[in-house]
Amino acid sequence: MASHANPAMNPAIAGATAADVPDFLDLEGEHHPEGSTMLGFWIYLMSDCLIFAVLFATYAVLGRSYAAGPSPKDLFDLPIVAVNTSMLLFSSITYGFAMLAMERDDLAKTQLWLAVTGLFGAAFVGLELYEFAHLIHEGATPQRSGFLSAFFTLVGTHGLHVTFGLIWLVTLMIQTRIRGLVPENRRRLMCLSMFWHFLDVIWIGVFTFVYLMGVLQ
Amino acid sequence: MSGAAHADDHAHGHGGHGHGGHGQDAHGHGSFKDYVTGFVLSVILTAIPFWLVMGNVIEDKLVTGVVILGLAVVQIVVHMIYFLHMNTKSEGGWTFLALIFTITLVVITLFGSIWVMHHLNANMMPVSAEEMRHAP
Repeated sequence: MASHANPAMNPAIAGATAADVPDFLDLEGEHHPEGSTMLGFWIYLMSDCLIFAVLFATYAVLGRSYAAGPSPKDLFDLPIVAVNTSMLLFSSITYGFAMLAMERDDLAKTQLWLAVTGLFGAAFVGLELYEFAHLIHEGATPQRSGFLSAFFTLVGTHGLHVTFGLIWLVTLMIQTRIRGLVPENRRRLMCLSMFWHFLDVIWIGVFTFVYLMGVLQ
Repeated sequence: MSGAAHADDHAHGHGGHGHGGHGQDAHGHGSFKDYVTGFVLSVILTAIPFWLVMGNVIEDKLVTGVVILGLAVVQIVVHMIYFLHMNTKSEGGWTFLALIFTITLVVITLFGSIWVMHHLNANMMPVSAEEMRHAP
């Protein structure tokens, strides 16, 4: 820092070194704050993906250890899972519509689609909690068997992610209401968009590997 | 003062949009058509596995399992492209590189765990029912 400041303060030295001014290749200013946030958030999602990979691996190993308890075939209610899946899928496209409205600078439409997304997300979490309550009521608690421990950990972690996504979504609805679609809020909405679609991707693995393959056994 | 700051913000916003237009911004938002295409494909790719399992369409359970796993992989790719706007050029290819690295780790974790634990199970000493009863 000091060596950079010196030539400017001393005209004689500045004149002698005028030809030696370093060439910066990055004159255009390629450092987009929003761009690097997106890459950073993507890397967070990838690390989250590893958490789910470990939980999927745990379920793959423990998923057949029933300890003489109930099996997936006895417990899972596929119509409810199908409804749950469609809730998450609908919420994905409505979030997409919110992003399109944001691109058009349409705050009211953005908030409307965010609210619809939030309702679908809440329906998903509600159905999942109903399912969990039903299982626990039947005695299929996480302590019952290795299969149920792995099941509740995997599906519960996903549900927890959706819950935090909902809290984030409500927060952003309030922030956009107060401050409008400023660049900061656009960036946050884009991060939540990636988070939300990512959770739908994880759910594809859950309904296929846990529910459908479980009932198939 | 505040006017200048506002102008600066505005310029920033436009810079971001310009990049989205060039297709360099990975996480730029897709078009309406992209989202609808992704949604329709996802609905089809979700409905088929549920129909296969709930309707007992294929007798052989192994075949059904392989088919629904294959459909899940296809649907994940559809989501990546149409909803997460994944491509090989965004952020100078870094998002794609991170994705490839993560997929490598996920495959090692999943198949490694299943493989090792299956062999551990298969090679365990057989335990009689009597021993099981007295196990802690």
